[in-house]
Amino acid sequence: MACFLVPMGEAVVTTVVQKVVKNRETKVGDGRAASTGLSWSRRLSWLNKMLWGGTALLALEHVWHGEVVPWPPFLTAMENPADIAPMLHEIATIGVAMAVTVTAAWGVMVLIAELKAKASMPRVKESPASRGV
Amino acid sequence: MWLIMTALAAVIATALWYVKGPEDKYKLGLLSLFLWGATLMWLVDHVMAYLTEGGEFLEISLDATLLGLAVIVLALFVWEIVLLISDPKGVLKKALKG
Repeated sequence: MACFLVPMGEAVVTTVVQKVVKNRETKVGDGRAASTGLSWSRRLSWLNKMLWGGTALLALEHVWHGEVVPWPPFLTAMENPADIAPMLHEIATIGVAMAVTVTAAWGVMVLIAELKAKASMPRVKESPASRGV
Repeated sequence: MWLIMTALAAVIATALWYVKGPEDKYKLGLLSLFLWGATLMWLVDHVMAYLTEGGEFLEISLDATLLGLAVIVLALFVWEIVLLISDPKGVLKKALKG
């Protein structure tokens, strides 16, 4: 009914967080990003893309099924008081589960990228180009 | 049906991103993350609906197939808009100049 509103809310928050982190990294200069290529703003951009992509495509599905309309109150469930409670229940269960799953998948991606970056770091130090510098 | 079609599109987009990598000139990473985000969300939706309501896990019908196509078209459309705005090959810039 409106489960995509939870990932959308999370996407708004993480987009703002990413902008703040990016500004801070630009001002301070992230030494870790320079060595591994993985700044926190870049990692957060992966999460943002998944959340916004999922939200946009799920919104289309909801429009397709007539659950979202382009006029107020936008959600057809809001027109009937009997549908409001099931809608809120769906938001609280499926919506939250969607947001948690996408965030968990992103966490796994970040963990793998971090491990890969750490594994490649000693090789960078031992490369012929860096010897004698 | 739209879950399977979106997942298939996500797998193809990820494979193309890897083949063209590590340079992500054509923003295939964006397209694959877009599609994976939707795939994960629909997977959760389908699993929870199946566990609570039962019935068929996948809806296979003409309407569901058309929705799958519409979803892929929207994802490609958003990706192309982002690609045209960033214009990595400078095609738009050259076209507008001369």
